[in-house]
Amino acid sequence: MSTVVSCKHVNKIYRQGLIEVRALTDINLDIEAGDFICLSGPSGSGKSTLLNMIGGLDSPTSGEIIVDGQRVDQMNKSALAELRLHKIGFVFQAYNLIPVLTARENVEMVMQMQGDSKDYRKQHSLAILREVGLEGMEDRKPSELSGGQQQRVAVARAIVDKPCLVLADEPTANLDSVNADNLLKLMRDMAEQHEMTFIISTHDPLVMQRAKRLIKLHDGQIVENNKQN
Amino acid sequence: MNYMGSLLFSLAWRNLWRNRRRTLVILFAIVLGVWAMIFTAAFMRGMSQQVLEDTINNLTGHIQIHASQYLDDPVIDHRFQLLDEALFESLNNPQIKQISSRLRVPAVIASERESTGLIMVGIDPENESGISFLEDSIVEGRYLTDPGDSGIIIGRKLAERLETRLGKRIVLMSQDKDNKITDRGFRIVGLFDTQLEALEKGFVFTGLETSEELLGIKGEVSEISILLYDINQVDVIAAELQQQNPQLDVKTWSQLEPVSKLIVDLYENFHLIWHLIVFLAMGFGIVNTLLMSVFERTREFGLFQSLGLKPGFIMGQVWVESVLLLSIGLLAGNLFAWLSVLATGEGIDVSAFAQGMELAHLSNIIPFVIISKDLILANSVVIILGMLTSLYPAWHASRLVPADAITRV
Repeated sequence: MSTVVSCKHVNKIYRQGLIEVRALTDINLDIEAGDFICLSGPSGSGKSTLLNMIGGLDSPTSGEIIVDGQRVDQMNKSALAELRLHKIGFVFQAYNLIPVLTARENVEMVMQMQGDSKDYRKQHSLAILREVGLEGMEDRKPSELSGGQQQRVAVARAIVDKPCLVLADEPTANLDSVNADNLLKLMRDMAEQHEMTFIISTHDPLVMQRAKRLIKLHDGQIVENNKQN
Repeated sequence: MNYMGSLLFSLAWRNLWRNRRRTLVILFAIVLGVWAMIFTAAFMRGMSQQVLEDTINNLTGHIQIHASQYLDDPVIDHRFQLLDEALFESLNNPQIKQISSRLRVPAVIASERESTGLIMVGIDPENESGISFLEDSIVEGRYLTDPGDSGIIIGRKLAERLETRLGKRIVLMSQDKDNKITDRGFRIVGLFDTQLEALEKGFVFTGLETSEELLGIKGEVSEISILLYDINQVDVIAAELQQQNPQLDVKTWSQLEPVSKLIVDLYENFHLIWHLIVFLAMGFGIVNTLLMSVFERTREFGLFQSLGLKPGFIMGQVWVESVLLLSIGLLAGNLFAWLSVLATGEGIDVSAFAQGMELAHLSNIIPFVIISKDLILANSVVIILGMLTSLYPAWHASRLVPADAITRV
């Protein structure tokens, strides 16, 4: 198995006036292709910060972050945007769909940014929405969908162009247990079917149970890194 | 349109109508601003053109030729030969549309009851027609028939002042070529009415040959008034005429009527100042609306960046939104301004302020005139300054840090 993500001695320090806050301390981590990983830990443990660093949404104070062979920590804004567009999918806690676009248009947007043809976009977005169980709801705006349905659209959007890595920040936090379970099942199926690596930050025990590998963070440090069945 | 362009346009258009009330309020402000710019420009352009037309029509023409000292002392002594060969040659210019030669001297007019000083103008009626206001302003009686017509045309206000009327006789007294007092009785054959009282009270017209007889001269005039096909050529033609006739004094309308020229220039320059003032008020509204819209969508801009959109696209999206807003506002503003100008018909009647208007070289009806130059200026001010002012909100949106923006509530 090849390494998709590699973090070497990653540190992140936020400065709030004269006070320094250590968000991450000496993180060393290798994640292999096709993994389904859960980053867990209490609030403030650095889960979201680590996800943001890996996704290039924030930069480390020191250390190396390599995604699919590319040094994320050394990239400029434009190169990071290209990396995110082609290699990384995001799922957020608050769904973050574009409210003025329909479910299909939200999914198509990523393909449109990649320059796919109109027919291909339509065909492919309908297929992926069917796959996540939203057949017949393609033309609904986010405001016309339930929380669980919106998160499915967000998952569809994240995986539609088959990125090598999907980063999900507390994706089940706003869902009830049934919807959360369905979503996790869906994400794991997608990871297996499309051979994508998922890194999910959460403190939801249900997510931890479904992960192939569980990484626990505490005060910005990895305190546990175990494979699960 | 490429795929990014269509995405940009589609998102911008939908976002524009996301908060309809806010969009409609700022659109109303833009429409009102554009309307005010164009409508006021049309009013000022109307005033400016009317000042110019009145100046040209009120015996001035585009260019005038006099004997060298006539303008300082406009008396019979300062006259010149009409059939001078050099002058005749130089007036044979394809740019010249019409020429009228006049004998124009100070005189005293007396009726049975009153007398007053004024200017007597001897004209060739055929040549004068179309170059000055006279023929079109006859309200009673008739226009002069030929240079030998011995009738006289006076202004209606002058007739009132002299307590005389059409068909009655008056006596005109002036100095002849030998500086002797000369006089002659004339029958009033026509009354003219203009919007400028000074013209009606200050000028009387008779045939050129009749005035020559009265003043004892032949083939000499005190003034040649010239109308060109293109007013913009006035300086060039005047310079040519002056060069060809150095013994004469050639003056353009703007040299002869500097106050009118000043008023025309003032209106011209005021357009831009007025447009900038209106835009200043409107610009704050545009920036405020766009900034509010950007702040509301901070998380969305963070999402765009996390999906792989570059900061330039985000900046472009906000910018295209403002361009769409401005374009709709401009379209509606232009339409309303055009309809408003149509509704004013021939102009607005300001005869209640007649004396004040005359001081400003204006007549009683002010027309509204829209010309492409003013439309281009108003629209350019709005679109160029609007696009520039919207750069700040657009730049602000593109500078957001995605990790912060995506979590913003």
